[in-house]
Amino acid sequence: MLTRSPVRSSSDALAAREAPPVVARDLTVAYRDKPVLWDVDVTIPTRKLVAIIGPNGAGKTTFIRAAMGLVPIVAGTVQIFGGSYASNRGRVAYVPQRGSVDWDFPTDALDVVLMGTYGKLGWVRRPGRPEVERARRCLDQVGMSDFAKRQIRQLSGGQQQRVFLARALAQDADLYFMDEPFAGVDATTERAIVDLLKALRAEGKTVICVHHDLSSAPEYFDWLMLLNGRLIADGPFGETFTHENLQRTYGGRLTAAVVGG
Amino acid sequence: MSSAAIIMLTGALVASAAAIVGCFLVLRRMAMMSDAISHAILPGLVLGYFLAHGPNLFAGFLGASVAAVITVALVEGLQNTRRVAEQSAIGLVFPAMFALGTFLISRYFANVHLDTDAVLYGHIEFAAQDLLFLGNLNLGPQALWVMGFLLVMNLAFVIVLYKELKVATFDPGLAAAMGFSPVLLHYLLMAVVSITAVGAFTAVGAVLTVALMIVPAAAAYLLTDRLATTLGLAVAIGVLSAVAGYGIAVPLDASIAGAMVTVSGFAFALAVLFSPSHGVVARAVRLRRQRMAYAAETLAVHLLGHEGTAQAETESAIAHLGEGLRWSPALAQRVQRWAIRAGFVEQSRERLVLTERGRDVALRALERGA
Repeated sequence: MLTRSPVRSSSDALAAREAPPVVARDLTVAYRDKPVLWDVDVTIPTRKLVAIIGPNGAGKTTFIRAAMGLVPIVAGTVQIFGGSYASNRGRVAYVPQRGSVDWDFPTDALDVVLMGTYGKLGWVRRPGRPEVERARRCLDQVGMSDFAKRQIRQLSGGQQQRVFLARALAQDADLYFMDEPFAGVDATTERAIVDLLKALRAEGKTVICVHHDLSSAPEYFDWLMLLNGRLIADGPFGETFTHENLQRTYGGRLTAAVVGG
Repeated sequence: MSSAAIIMLTGALVASAAAIVGCFLVLRRMAMMSDAISHAILPGLVLGYFLAHGPNLFAGFLGASVAAVITVALVEGLQNTRRVAEQSAIGLVFPAMFALGTFLISRYFANVHLDTDAVLYGHIEFAAQDLLFLGNLNLGPQALWVMGFLLVMNLAFVIVLYKELKVATFDPGLAAAMGFSPVLLHYLLMAVVSITAVGAFTAVGAVLTVALMIVPAAAAYLLTDRLATTLGLAVAIGVLSAVAGYGIAVPLDASIAGAMVTVSGFAFALAVLFSPSHGVVARAVRLRRQRMAYAAETLAVHLLGHEGTAQAETESAIAHLGEGLRWSPALAQRVQRWAIRAGFVEQSRERLVLTERGRDVALRALERGA
């Protein structure tokens, strides 16, 4: 927190000198003895909306979980803003897959968003009025104010996803990891999420999404990371989203229709 | 304090302490873990008594806690082999530990006050007689001290780490990303559950400890959608069960601990049946209402479809209402009453006529279907 304010208040030129949000070097991750990510070298620049694309089991989720130290790294390193994840935790927000949590948990939408403020509070300290107000604002930003007191099971899939996004906003981060934020949401929510991501980018934040829909990807993202166990390609979206790269990512499984985008 | 008051207070204290940690076990879908721990602490308890040359509170606590940690670690270890599911891993570990415990009792404590009855049902009946001495100073019933300590410990645990437990239970991934280690919290919770199990064990026995941890918490979970209320309700149900159980057991000369848990089981059954949001009855009512609403909508569409046609006369006649839709006369009558009350249709002599509202409903239903 102390090192952060001067960087923020200074000019873009100074900010540009700051270390990139994510730098992975020779990153290798394995579950037991089965490697899922091999030797990934990637640098993700700041102020980008990044899509991680690849077939099932390509290690997309594993990559973001490894970046946050949630799965052990076998070899290589990941640096977040030039340091360890642990030392920059406060600058990172995380939106896990919607299916990964228990929606029957006795809590309401506002309370879930409030959880986003826990990280900055640290151990033991409780959320107070400023945190609750912050959570309300974030819920408002995703258009869910009317559902603040709604039990989370009673929300639609799209509404649940928006609550998750509001929670990430409440984390007040510079780097956002999102695991399939568009999975199973309605068109309105999809639009709302895209607008939100673009607003975040405009504020100078970096958003990294695991994404599945190849047809919408060119419209939503401006940086691409193609994964299939190994890093196939990464870079500006237009240059990277090529027929050849997609063929290498998906092998023979990709139909011509999808590549058309 | 009278003996009755001491027994009831002991029961209430142990039920509160158990319910508080029980809520988190229920929310984490770990109800079986309390079963495992409460049984598996037996060999540790026996070993503690053996080393202390007799039933000693602190040696018992120490031994039982060690046994509990071993149990949790064994279950996790078995699970991590991926060859057995979590519930099976628990099922494998705790009978083995319990069997070891009963073997040790029969081998070394055949004559001591640690018989299988006490292990299974505890001896809350003697809560008033078992006194705690500090040197020669009589501090009063030992059970009250032990259970009081458990309650304070569990309250402190949950109050201090409330937000950490909440986020680690709801979303372990986020908790870990924020630096609230879910593994550490898991082991802390297991340690607290173990210590509670040891204390509760001496009062109500192994089997009933599990019940007091899980049953009031499971009932509370059905009754509310807020975590703090779940905790409060669980404690209330536990305390009520303890007091009511005592009141039932004494006149019938039955097992007090058994009665306490039976009452909590009854409370759970009531919650399952009558919970306003999750209850069987509420769900049945909701389902019936949905069915009727749907049927009334169908009726409105039916009437709209025949409006102004040659068959309108017969199709909207109350006497023939069910025929076109293949409804039984009884169902047709119920739907008709429902539709009139909802303002979808009006009765005009022997016929049903759509109201403005009914027409809207029918049109909207058709649009949805299109």
